[in-house]
Amino acid sequence: MADEVVSEFLAEAAELLDGLERDLVAVDGGNLDPSDVVAGTFRAFHTLKGTSGFLGFDKLGGVAHAGEDLLCAIRESAVGWNREVTDVLLEVLDALRAILAEAARTEKDGDNAYPALVERLKALAEPRPKDACPAGEEAGTAAAAPASPEPSPAPVFSPRAPAPTLVRPAKAAPPPPVAVVPEPAAAVADKAAPRAGGEPHADAGDGATTLRVPVSVLDRLMSLVGELVLARNQLLCQEATREDARLAVTSQRIHQLTTGLQESVMKARMQPIDNVFSRLPRVARDTAQVCGKQVRLLTSGQETELDKTLLEAIKDPLTHVVRNAVDHGVERPEARLASGKPAEGTVTIRAFHDGGQVIVEVEDDGAGVNLAKVRAKAITLGLVTAEEAERLSERETVDLVFRPGFSTADSVTQISGRGVGMDVVRTNVERIGGSVEMISTAGRGSICRIRVPLTLLIVPALIVASKGERYAVPQASLVELVRVPPEREAQMVVDVHGSLVLRLRGAILPLMDLAKVLSTGSASRAGDGALSVVVLSAEGHQFGLLVDEVADTEEIVVKPLGRQLQALGAFSGATVRGDGRVALVLEVAGIARRAGLLSGADSRAGPGVEAVRGGATRPYLILRGRDDGRLAIPLSDVARIEEIAPDRVEQVGGAEAIQYRGAVLPLVRVANALLERRKRGRVPALESSEKLQVVVQQWAGREVGLVVESIVDVAEEDVAIDPTRARPGVAGCAVIQGRITEVLDTAALLAAQMEPSKEAQRA
Amino acid sequence: MPEAIRICTFLLEGKTFALPVAEVREVVKDLEVTPVPLAPPAVLGLAHLRGQIATAVDLRRRLDMPARAEGEPSVNVVVQSAEGLVCLAVDDVGDVIDVLPDVMERPPDTLRPSVRELVRGICKLEDELVLLLDTDRAVDPSN
Repeated sequence: MADEVVSEFLAEAAELLDGLERDLVAVDGGNLDPSDVVAGTFRAFHTLKGTSGFLGFDKLGGVAHAGEDLLCAIRESAVGWNREVTDVLLEVLDALRAILAEAARTEKDGDNAYPALVERLKALAEPRPKDACPAGEEAGTAAAAPASPEPSPAPVFSPRAPAPTLVRPAKAAPPPPVAVVPEPAAAVADKAAPRAGGEPHADAGDGATTLRVPVSVLDRLMSLVGELVLARNQLLCQEATREDARLAVTSQRIHQLTTGLQESVMKARMQPIDNVFSRLPRVARDTAQVCGKQVRLLTSGQETELDKTLLEAIKDPLTHVVRNAVDHGVERPEARLASGKPAEGTVTIRAFHDGGQVIVEVEDDGAGVNLAKVRAKAITLGLVTAEEAERLSERETVDLVFRPGFSTADSVTQISGRGVGMDVVRTNVERIGGSVEMISTAGRGSICRIRVPLTLLIVPALIVASKGERYAVPQASLVELVRVPPEREAQMVVDVHGSLVLRLRGAILPLMDLAKVLSTGSASRAGDGALSVVVLSAEGHQFGLLVDEVADTEEIVVKPLGRQLQALGAFSGATVRGDGRVALVLEVAGIARRAGLLSGADSRAGPGVEAVRGGATRPYLILRGRDDGRLAIPLSDVARIEEIAPDRVEQVGGAEAIQYRGAVLPLVRVANALLERRKRGRVPALESSEKLQVVVQQWAGREVGLVVESIVDVAEEDVAIDPTRARPGVAGCAVIQGRITEVLDTAALLAAQMEPSKEAQRA
Repeated sequence: MPEAIRICTFLLEGKTFALPVAEVREVVKDLEVTPVPLAPPAVLGLAHLRGQIATAVDLRRRLDMPARAEGEPSVNVVVQSAEGLVCLAVDDVGDVIDVLPDVMERPPDTLRPSVRELVRGICKLEDELVLLLDTDRAVDPSN
């Protein structure tokens, strides 16, 4: 009985303190007027004091009492609210939390009565102690007057440097004289509005309609529902093999009830992400203060709900990411002003739903990730060699920050940069089936995007078959299913220099064979010879996965794999299917990574899958020209790419051609065609015993082969062609993959080349 | 009087091995195993055990022994370990016996290093020597 009272008190006290912290930080940021929170804070301390007296928690009562006295003095206008009041009250919250934590462990409130803190509270509560208190008091009072959100000039604060001894130095270091400029009132307007007029947090839940349930009960309930879903799947599977109408009706009923139960239990476990977001303003404030930065924090989507377990799991990673954004992302005020930005940096935190996932983005408007610095650091740390670093794409370089032991800060700060950081963030997020990526724009800031599933246990999945085994693909990563009939295969599936791409409604997607990625063979065709492609998206990229067969969709209960198998990175778990067999759950991003897909320089992350498909981006085939220059051909012009032995080339009427698919394929040497145009008549001899790379394309109703030096890559970019650099056969210059590339106008090039040869044929 | 350890013995290539009974959950005969592509060779795959999923590890491969011949029977010793639930495929199971710590010795240095690192100790019984395996190491298929 006593235990229950204590644990209920602890839970309630924790909620009260969280609410108070939100309010205090909002006051600090100028988003709430102190007068709005005085009464609520007073009441909260009063409640804590009362209950702790009843439970015999004297230390807790003592600290709460001192806090209450200070607020009482403020309420009676004997003392003004200033920054020091906010600081000390936040310290009181920390002290109370520490005592509560102690009480949760030992059911006693410990030995620390926080005498120094209590003394400080008492000193502050003294009405107008001009002689006793440093001179900053009045200035501080003025600064906190509601009408002037702008702080008083910094030097006024300096006399306070020899502040009273602090109880918990880590959190309560005296504010650096210049850096403590509070955030202006404009910030977090959307957050402040409901809170300012909202009910005080001291109000407990409505006893008549809500009930506090231990999380362990919900966990148990959820795992039972998981088992039930599994048993239901087995029942449906067995029912299908029997012709029993009554059994069918009953099993349908159980099916519906299970689904309903599952939804309800999942709903019971959902919590708004605000429970985590509400901690962040304090985190940002403390970090900014320690680092000497000026930062305001904007949040949106705090009503987004996700599973309680997942919420807990992203709490620490998110806190770290916010710290990181303030510490490493946002520049110092001087540097910001120098680069034409406002001195105050903005960190924006957004949460939203996206196809069965919750996405949390932390964006800063700082300098972005310094690529050169990251590379240099990674080399110093031995994470990559100098040559490897050279070859890394921008995206791969940014990704280095997630490597264990990586830290870019010039100096190790108190807040972050201790070498445990982003790698832990990634590990923790991936452990719950999520992913983290960093997108950085030099000089403009960076975005850290965390994706987490809505819920862990039961997910809808597509079952696919490959080499006799079934695999589950989470629906969350599924975009569409594509069947490639044999007659359209040549058109839709293109082999680009050994790697397959899928052409789908004008878009081009990398295509990989699941069996090849898993080293179990290669994909088989369906009975009618068609290929089955599952289009998936991971980390903002789309790609096709070639499987033997697409089976069915199913609700699966994901079970974790052992550590060793998890480490393979290809499977996120396993599930028991209706027939009792185990199926592996594919980790889509891991599969793509294994196929070398999520690392290319061309595969830029967009805000969503639409960007890949967007009209602006077009895929180009990148070629190396004769003098090492780069050439590009729009991939939409390319039908196929072939490698042919030079001895297959025959001379037909003064032109080169090969026998190809039962017809004559005229060949045009691109390098010669361009060279001929540039330096008329001076065609160098063709010296090559190597295989020829031939890009086959349609021209004037027939197929023509363009012989190119070598094929480098396929790039998909929003390309702006500069027509002033055009020359015959070249539409102009463009920057593709960060390099100047000539974009060929193959139609014009062929027209110039083919006409004379046609005449030669006729002659 | 030191407390006796209860061990469960099993056979691999005619040799006797054992695991502490406290870590053995059950012994199962036939198991349908789903192979896991890309997994280390000692991993046979995943098996379904009444609603739970266990990793099946071939202890012969784990101990660098020659593979079992086609159709040769095997039995699975199911253990709860740091790796989660693991089925260890062995040739046959023996008895559950109590051994006193004083019959346990350090594994001989002549043991192959790959085997030695999995062995917790060697028990001298009247008629045979039993190698007591370290559960967490035995189930770790990484090497």
